[in-house]
Amino acid sequence: MVGKMKTSVMDARGKYKRSGLPSARRKWKGIKRHWQLYLLIIAPMAYIVIFKYIPMYGAQIAFRDYSVIKGFTGSEFVGLKHFQSFFQSPNFWLLIKNTLGISLYSLAVGFPAPIILALALNEIKSMKFKKTVQTVTFAPFFISTVVMVSMIIIFLSPRLGFVDYIVRGLGFDSINFMGTPGYFKSIYVFSNVWQGIGYGAVIYLAALAGINPELYEAAKVDGASRLQKIRHVDLPGIAPAAIILLILSVGQIMNIGFEKIYLMQNPLNVSTSEVISTYVYKMGLLGANFSFSSAVDLFNSVINLILLITVNSIAKRISESSLW
Amino acid sequence: MNRVNAIRESVRDRIFLGLIYIFLFCVLAVVIYPLIFILSSSFSSPQAVVSGRVWLWPVDISLMGYKVIFSNPAILTGYINSFIYTVLGVMINIVMTVAIAYPLSKSTFVGRNAIMMILVFTILFSGGLIPTYLTVKAAGILDTRWAMVLPGALAVFQVIVARTFFQSTIPKELGEAAELDGCSDIGFLWRVVLPLSKAILAVLILFYAVGNWNAYFDALIYLKSPELYPLQIILRNILILNSIDASSLVDANQMAARQGLRDLLKFSLIVVATVPILCIYPFVQKFFVQGIMIGSIKG
Repeated sequence: MVGKMKTSVMDARGKYKRSGLPSARRKWKGIKRHWQLYLLIIAPMAYIVIFKYIPMYGAQIAFRDYSVIKGFTGSEFVGLKHFQSFFQSPNFWLLIKNTLGISLYSLAVGFPAPIILALALNEIKSMKFKKTVQTVTFAPFFISTVVMVSMIIIFLSPRLGFVDYIVRGLGFDSINFMGTPGYFKSIYVFSNVWQGIGYGAVIYLAALAGINPELYEAAKVDGASRLQKIRHVDLPGIAPAAIILLILSVGQIMNIGFEKIYLMQNPLNVSTSEVISTYVYKMGLLGANFSFSSAVDLFNSVINLILLITVNSIAKRISESSLW
Repeated sequence: MNRVNAIRESVRDRIFLGLIYIFLFCVLAVVIYPLIFILSSSFSSPQAVVSGRVWLWPVDISLMGYKVIFSNPAILTGYINSFIYTVLGVMINIVMTVAIAYPLSKSTFVGRNAIMMILVFTILFSGGLIPTYLTVKAAGILDTRWAMVLPGALAVFQVIVARTFFQSTIPKELGEAAELDGCSDIGFLWRVVLPLSKAILAVLILFYAVGNWNAYFDALIYLKSPELYPLQIILRNILILNSIDASSLVDANQMAARQGLRDLLKFSLIVVATVPILCIYPFVQKFFVQGIMIGSIKG
């Protein structure tokens, strides 16, 4: 049916019909005429194959006992051995708990924060002030993870940081923030908000700027208050963008970036800061358990893929916004 | 009666607006204060930093921290390496991104949808850390400069952004006219498309430059030789692992002075590492916003 429709569309374009070439030959002619375009994609496609698809093929070492000499396909096949030992290891539930805990916490705080900033910025009339807030809140985006974590450690350190002065100024004893497992998640999540709120707000501000002005006029005529206007005009206006971003973050829920967590980790807080990605790195590259950590990684990737597909189909059903 | 209502409404709105201003001032202060604190501390004397006398403006202004940084060979090497990786990396990134995004923007390109799917799938699923590491190792580029630029030669997300831009801004008629005039595809890309795509090129250069300059993970897993380390790895060693060769701290023989200098150094290092990339921000802010938007059209 679909194929039929395609041919009829092609036929409708007189040009193709007159030349009377069958589709395969026409395609070949097009490739020959635009051979340079096909030449261009060779290097990028080679990159994709070598650095993306060969590792995907290599992920099969999760089902093998990898040995350097025998390679990806030659190593002995052991089935689900590594998966089993991961599921049965005492770390399994701790890793799942930490990974999910940090992700859900991040989502709960990090998802609404830029929306609130964008809605607030959208209310004020003074362009100068608006611009200043936007410029300043965007700036931390440029700070590298290493510098960001260094700043966190400095600010929270009992000797150098201003946070400790504030804590002591309020009459409390100084707190070893980085060494207390209970604080790790909050430090991680709120520093992320600090760094990402301005960047995140850009997309919502653009969505707000795209709202039809007539809707605001209508709201005014109806005597809507500012809050009602936000509720009934602004929020529906940014909903499609928000849903897309929500799908993306839910799809990444088991996939917390390695970089920041790893740098924030220390022996004192490791009970709440060890997540799947840091565990994979430590077991795999530092401990040289290639197959075992590949199994952990693969388990995680598959869960992520399933999550993303599920959330996307749910979003498709309940609203018009979806990734594909 | 009606009028009273209207006035009451506007009073409530005015209070609401006032709260919004207060909220935004708080956000502004919370974001800007840590930045000022770092900057001011970096220009203060070691004694002032250690004793906690810096809280807003520099105290006993001194350039000690910066002097130490620029006399430390490891930091200088890191700086030069990061510069090399960023420039080389961005060049590769841009060539690769344009080379695949432009053909994919053509509706007549055979296999376009299949290739798009192959690309997008790499966002959804990956082989994982260990197989990637083993592939890089098998490619023979472990512990070379290439390990810093080749494994991240292309970001699929940026390809989608660039493709969307080409599709929406380069009129089809332009390409057809050029073809009639006997202009080759690469000639057209070089002489017509790229000059029309300065905005997107600026965005790509920036995102890639920020990514390359700030990256430490690839260096952490692929590099062993200290002389290849980028600045971020050196920063990590000094700032987070607290390891610095004490003999490189000039003019500091006593324990206390050395500790003070070590602390001051952290602030100066943060500034020195961030300023190069932050400098370009004001010039390209509008492009950045545009780039994020193009990306969001077809995320």
